[in-house]
Amino acid sequence: MTNELLNELTFFVLSIFIGIEVISKVPTILHTPLMSGTNAIHGIILVGAIVIAAGASSPVTIILGLVAVTLATTNVVGGFVVTDRMLEMFKGRAGRAQGAQNQSAKPATPVAPTK
Amino acid sequence: MTTVITLAYLVAAVCFILGLKQLSSPKSARNGNFTAAFGMVIALVATVPQLHFTTAGLIIIAIGVVIGGAVGAVGARMVKMTAIPQMVALFNGVGGGAAALVAVAELLRFGDHPPFAEAFPSVFSIVIGSISFAGSMVAFAKLQELMTGTPITYPGQQIVNGIIAAAILGFVIAVLAVASIPVSFISLMVLALVLGVAFVLPIGGADMPVVISLLNAFTGLAVAASGFLLNNFALIVAGTLVGASGSLLTKMMSDAMGRSLANVLFGAFGKTRAGAVAATGKEGRSVRSGSAEDLGTLLAYSQRVIIVPGYGLAVAQAQHAARELAEVLEKRGVEVTYAIHPVAGRMPGHMNVLLAEANVPYEQLKEMDEVNDEFKNADVALIVGANDVVNPSARNAPGSPIYGMPILNADQAKNIVFMKRSMRPGFAGIDNDLMYDPKTIMFFGDAKDSLTKLVSAVKAA
Repeated sequence: MTNELLNELTFFVLSIFIGIEVISKVPTILHTPLMSGTNAIHGIILVGAIVIAAGASSPVTIILGLVAVTLATTNVVGGFVVTDRMLEMFKGRAGRAQGAQNQSAKPATPVAPTK
Repeated sequence: MTTVITLAYLVAAVCFILGLKQLSSPKSARNGNFTAAFGMVIALVATVPQLHFTTAGLIIIAIGVVIGGAVGAVGARMVKMTAIPQMVALFNGVGGGAAALVAVAELLRFGDHPPFAEAFPSVFSIVIGSISFAGSMVAFAKLQELMTGTPITYPGQQIVNGIIAAAILGFVIAVLAVASIPVSFISLMVLALVLGVAFVLPIGGADMPVVISLLNAFTGLAVAASGFLLNNFALIVAGTLVGASGSLLTKMMSDAMGRSLANVLFGAFGKTRAGAVAATGKEGRSVRSGSAEDLGTLLAYSQRVIIVPGYGLAVAQAQHAARELAEVLEKRGVEVTYAIHPVAGRMPGHMNVLLAEANVPYEQLKEMDEVNDEFKNADVALIVGANDVVNPSARNAPGSPIYGMPILNADQAKNIVFMKRSMRPGFAGIDNDLMYDPKTIMFFGDAKDSLTKLVSAVKAA
């Protein structure tokens, strides 16, 4: 095995432990934002997509690069924005007065008629 | 990799870890998301100057970023809070698809006989990324009700899926051992897409959260594999973090339902719906129902009320009405808390998001373990649009499909007010004995209308 591969394996194994350790302390109430937040983090594939798209020259690589960059950007941007929208609404008693003010200025989510 | 880019990736990795850590408290959670996003920007900014762009490359990256950014931002901004689970499924799926395509592009570049250290992560990323993409799209379709949420099964399904999996394995070996030619790894991708669809079809809508969580972990691993392929340690670390955390979250979710992951994935849960109802439904048992005025008085003169919200509350967009009722009661000195079952809503924690949206302070939201001992001191357990999570048969009917699932002890409260649209069974399709409990008063109707009626009744009491 090359040194580089050994290093990569080290990162890989240690990251498994860190991932489990950090997540095991998240309370149930934050599981949805957490799932959404980790979902945004794997949007790092955008870095990979840009790397392969940068050198694209043949029609096949151009199409592959274009689709990969589009999908990965959707993942990153959508992931972070939707997580932020969720977390924006977690307010304690302290943040509530302010929240109510904001709400009177612009109603949060319009209440859609039920199906 | 140069020193600068390596250091930048190190900073990005630290940002991801810190971001995840900050997500463990509601107070710092939002900052945690910003921290992770900041890490992402650093990783991207550090990468770009190291690359040699062709003109075509520059153009497609610009187009891709603009389209993807617009779709992501608009989608995330427009989505209703009740539709968050399918949105997460969609964003997860596209990430998996991107990982698979990156691997395809790399394999094309390597030629017919790539070294094993490159070929192995490539095929892994192609298979897992494609399964995640196709599976997430089916999960999206099921939750968005573009297709039926009930499990789709047919005789010999597991065998067919097994054959597809075996064929995938065959092509993996072909690519690794014989030759990495486009026809074999494209076949691999197509088969993995088919398996992704076939794998999610027999899983019921109620179990989609577990599936999405699992596919989230899959995408993480596919991204990590792409990292090995590109020798990019930012991808390895970030992808692995997601793979590990997603796996743990998946386990926590199936635990919360009292079922093994294998049962969730292969049990076609909810398929036995009709049979289970016929077997357990006892005709002719009487239920007690009350008027808004009766219930308003009961609530107004209580000391402790525990609200048990379920998905029905979200479907009826009744979060705001629930918060209003809680406020009216609190003004009269009634202590109000919300009992949140881990799987209330369509994802773990989904109910908290929906209530937070309605400005319910999170101090009032109590998790199951915390609140279960308080039910016996509660005057009223007010069940709004929940069903299976308070069904005592999970505790005392070994034959029941939900037997063993931890439930909220709503049956221990002095009075139980069960707000429901009809006597129809819940998602798991089983009759709920709690409705026939002598302490229970049924209040039929749409959750939002019913809560609004209760608000006026409490005001009048």
